[in-house]
Amino acid sequence: MDEGLRSELQKQGVFTTTLEDLYNWGRKNSVWPLGFGLACCAIEMIAASMSRWDLARFGAEVFRPSPRQADLMIVAGTVTKKMAPQVVRLYNQMPEPKYVIAMGACAISGGPFKQGYNVLKGIDRFIPVDVHIPGCPPRPEALLHAFMTLQEKIDQQQLTGEGRARHLNADKPGEFPVPEFGEHNLEPPNNPAVWKAPKLARP
Amino acid sequence: MSDYLPVLILAIAALGFAIAPLALAWLWAKKFSPKKPGRDKNAIYECGLESKGDAWIQFRSEYYLYAIIFLIFDVETIFLLPFAVAFTGLSAFGFIEMMIFIFLLVAGLIWACMKGVLTWK
Repeated sequence: MDEGLRSELQKQGVFTTTLEDLYNWGRKNSVWPLGFGLACCAIEMIAASMSRWDLARFGAEVFRPSPRQADLMIVAGTVTKKMAPQVVRLYNQMPEPKYVIAMGACAISGGPFKQGYNVLKGIDRFIPVDVHIPGCPPRPEALLHAFMTLQEKIDQQQLTGEGRARHLNADKPGEFPVPEFGEHNLEPPNNPAVWKAPKLARP
Repeated sequence: MSDYLPVLILAIAALGFAIAPLALAWLWAKKFSPKKPGRDKNAIYECGLESKGDAWIQFRSEYYLYAIIFLIFDVETIFLLPFAVAFTGLSAFGFIEMMIFIFLLVAGLIWACMKGVLTWK
């Protein structure tokens, strides 16, 4: 249905929608996060879910203690190399459709511990991250902004066609390989299907 | 019988109300969402760690001793209180009966004591 006709109908008091819009509208307003905090960013996440910032406004106050019931993983904090396999496994155990917010400098890049020997330099090396939030730690407002960004993203996902959402496409994977905690590093150090090392151009 | 017709209609409506969303979700999943089972997804959930060992392990059933000790004191209290209240109006036969009852429980306590249940280790 084209936009002109829709707005014309809306002026006459007739509201039209598509199945896709209805589906995404329902989905984006009931994103249940996994109750899962790794480090200090989790405190900000908890604050965001409490009465002052009130994540419940977005339909996302139901923090689930089990990955089986969660739609969204908020990677809130430093992902150590020892923890990374567990994070990926929890992500794999979540049912589709599932989304990831990488919260804070550590989760997106390793942050202040980037040069350390035991910290993963960004969870996006292993699982597909939908929204990155910088900050150390990001304020609850930043998490709310990430939430709204994710809602916009969910709203724009297609139900059919070539560009349809991953959970509707049988060819795209629902599980990602879990790395092993090796002697010197994670094995493999990253998932090449999700992340590629950037080429450094040296002058 | 016809008095209950509204109840029947309401029951059917309630059942439909409960079943319709589930049926819709099932049909939706059939039409749009492909199943993507996997090793991790089908695994037993345990906080992200891989579960080790078997859930069918043997438990030591030593807790029954505490249950028996509890029972001795519990049952004794329940019967001793009415016994004490009605003591003056009780016949000699009733008194002997009560003593036998207490003796049985005390015998149980002595047995538990000899078994070493009452010593704190």
